Amino acid sequence: MGEKLLMKGNDAMAEGAVRAGCRFFAGYPITPQNEVPEYMSWRLPQAGGSFVQAESEVAAINMLYGAAATGIRCMTSSSSPGISLKQEGISYAAGADLPIFFANVVRGGPGLGNIAGAQGDYFQSVRGGGHGDYRTFVMAPDSVEEMGNFPLHCYEVAEKYRVPAMVLADGVLGQMMEPLEFRFPQVDPKTLQSPDWALGECKGRKNRLVGSYDLSEGKLEVMTLNRGKRYAEIEAKEVMFESRQCEDAQVVLIAYGIAARACGAALKMARAEGLKVGLFRPITLWPFPKSQLRALADRVDSFLVVEMSMGQMVDDVRLATEFRAPVHLHARPSGVTPTGEEILKRIKDALKAGKGERVCCK
Amino acid sequence: MLQVNKRPESLLDVKMHYCPGCGHGIVHRLVAEAMDELGIRERTVGVAPVGCAVFADHYFNCDMIQGPHGRGPAIATGIKRSKPGCIVFSYQGDGDLASIGMCETVHSAGRGENITIIFINNAIYGMTGGQMAPTTLIGQKATTCPMGRDPQVNGYPIRVCELLATLDGSRYLERTSIHTAAHVIKAKKAIKKAFQYQVEGKGFSMVEVLSTCPTNMGISPLDACKFVQEKMLPMYPLGVYKDVPGGKANVSGN
Repeated sequence: MGEKLLMKGNDAMAEGAVRAGCRFFAGYPITPQNEVPEYMSWRLPQAGGSFVQAESEVAAINMLYGAAATGIRCMTSSSSPGISLKQEGISYAAGADLPIFFANVVRGGPGLGNIAGAQGDYFQSVRGGGHGDYRTFVMAPDSVEEMGNFPLHCYEVAEKYRVPAMVLADGVLGQMMEPLEFRFPQVDPKTLQSPDWALGECKGRKNRLVGSYDLSEGKLEVMTLNRGKRYAEIEAKEVMFESRQCEDAQVVLIAYGIAARACGAALKMARAEGLKVGLFRPITLWPFPKSQLRALADRVDSFLVVEMSMGQMVDDVRLATEFRAPVHLHARPSGVTPTGEEILKRIKDALKAGKGERVCCK
Repeated sequence: MLQVNKRPESLLDVKMHYCPGCGHGIVHRLVAEAMDELGIRERTVGVAPVGCAVFADHYFNCDMIQGPHGRGPAIATGIKRSKPGCIVFSYQGDGDLASIGMCETVHSAGRGENITIIFINNAIYGMTGGQMAPTTLIGQKATTCPMGRDPQVNGYPIRVCELLATLDGSRYLERTSIHTAAHVIKAKKAIKKAFQYQVEGKGFSMVEVLSTCPTNMGISPLDACKFVQEKMLPMYPLGVYKDVPGGKANVSGN
C-alpha cells in the first residue's frame, strides 16, 4: 500500500486480483486482454495459486464455477466474443449463488469485430447476458488505478451477496500504462473464513450441494424471488458514481470508462471557455445510479451521454431521469474513441438547444 | 446374525427416480462402494451431469455440484486445482461426455488432470426422450433417426476409450459393462482402481460403463441386457485401453 507503480491496465487488474486473494485463474487468449492470463500464469504459482489455460472460454468459466464452489477467490477474464461464450457459466453461477469474479476488456463488435476499445457490451453486462432472471454487479473503471483496485471490491460485493461480479473495462484501459497505487493491504486467503456452503471435505458435517435447479413446482420461483431481494439490497447500498462540477451545470455529460476520460478533457476545455458543464460518471453500471441522476434531472437544461457504442447506457439515463430533461447522445461505436474536441462541439450544440428538443445524434 | 451386505455409507438412503432396468442405480452403488472401501467419502466432491443422472447430487453422500451439460471435466478441474486434497469425480452420460462435452473431456485427459470420470454409455439419449447419441449404433433406431442410424446421414458412433487412449495425459481407461452380474463385479473393480489412481496422484482416469436404457431403447430390461451383449459389445469391446501404473499427474494445485 502506498507504493507508486507504473503498470499496464490489464497487468494492474491481474495484480489487483492476486493482492485481493485470488488463487485460481482459468482463461483463454483473446485480444485485448491477453496480458491478464499471461500475468496470472507466473504470478499465481508464485503466490501459491493455480493457473489453467483452458481449451475454450466455455471450459474456463466452468473451471471457475468449480473453483468458486470450493469457496476460494478466483477469476477469469476475456473480451467481448469470449464473454458471449462464458455466458452459459455466468448464468449457472448466478443460479447457484456462487460469487464469481470476471473481467470483460471490451473490443469492437458484434461478431469478430475488431480489437480496439469499445463499449458495445453494456446491455450484455447490465441486463444479464445469459439465460434466466439474474443480475451481475458491474464496475466500470476509467483508469489503471481503478483497474487495480476494483477486483477487491468485486470480491467483497460478490461474496456478501453471492452474485457474479465483473469489471467492465475496454481495450484502451487494458492496454494503456499509468501510475497507480494499490490502496488496500494484501489479502492472505488463509485469513478468509470458508463460507458455510463451500464444497470440500465433509468430515463432521452433512454433505453439501451446489446447483442451480429445482424441478418441484413453485420452488424455483421462490429461489429466484429470494435472489431478487438481494438484488434490491445491492441497488440500495452498492451504487458508486463520480460527480464533477455538476452544481451549476447547464449541461451534464454522462459517460463511463475510457469515454469518461475523453469527457474529462472536454469538460476542462468547456470550463476554460466559461461554459457551465458538469460530468457524471457511473462507476457501478449495475446497480445504476438512478436516484442521483433523477435528482440532477430537475435542475439541468440537458444531459449529453457519450458512449463508445450505438447508445446503450443512454436508455438507462432516460429511464432514470424520467424524461424530465432532454437526453442527447454522442455515439462512437465499434472501436472509435471520441476526442475532447468533438465532445466540446456537442456540448455547444446542447447548450444552444437549451431545454428544448434533442440535438441530432451521430 | 452376520450382516453380509448393506447400503454403502457413500450412498444416501433416498428413493432414486430411475426407470426400471436403468443402469444408473447399479453404477451409483458401485461408485459409492468404491468410495467406502477406499475411505475417501469425506474428501470426495462429485460433479453431477445434466440428463437422467441430474439428481446424482441428491444420491451420493459426499459434497456434490451440478453444472452445465458436458462441462463436468472443466468443473472437476476447477475443484481439483482449488482443493488438491479432495478426490473429484465427474459422472456423465454419453451425450454429455461424447457430444456437447467432448472438448472438455479430451482436454482434461490431455492435461493429465488428476480427476476420475465415470462415463455411462447406453447408446441413446435418456432424459430428453430417446434421441440419437454419438454412441448410437449403426442401424439403431432413435427419435432423431427413426429409420435407424445411417452413417451417410448421421455419421459413425464414437469410441471414447480408444480416442482418449491416444493422449499422453490419460493414465487409466477401461471399458466395462453391467449387463450381467459378473460384469457388474468387473465394473466395480475398474471403478475402484480409477479412484485409487487418483488417490495416488497418477492423473486422469476414466471408466466407461456400457449400460441399459429399456425405456428409450423401447425394449424390456432383460432384452436391454441382451442388446448390450449382442449389439453393443461388438462395437464397444470391453477391456483396459490405457494403464500407466507408474505415472504421476502432470499438474498440481496450490
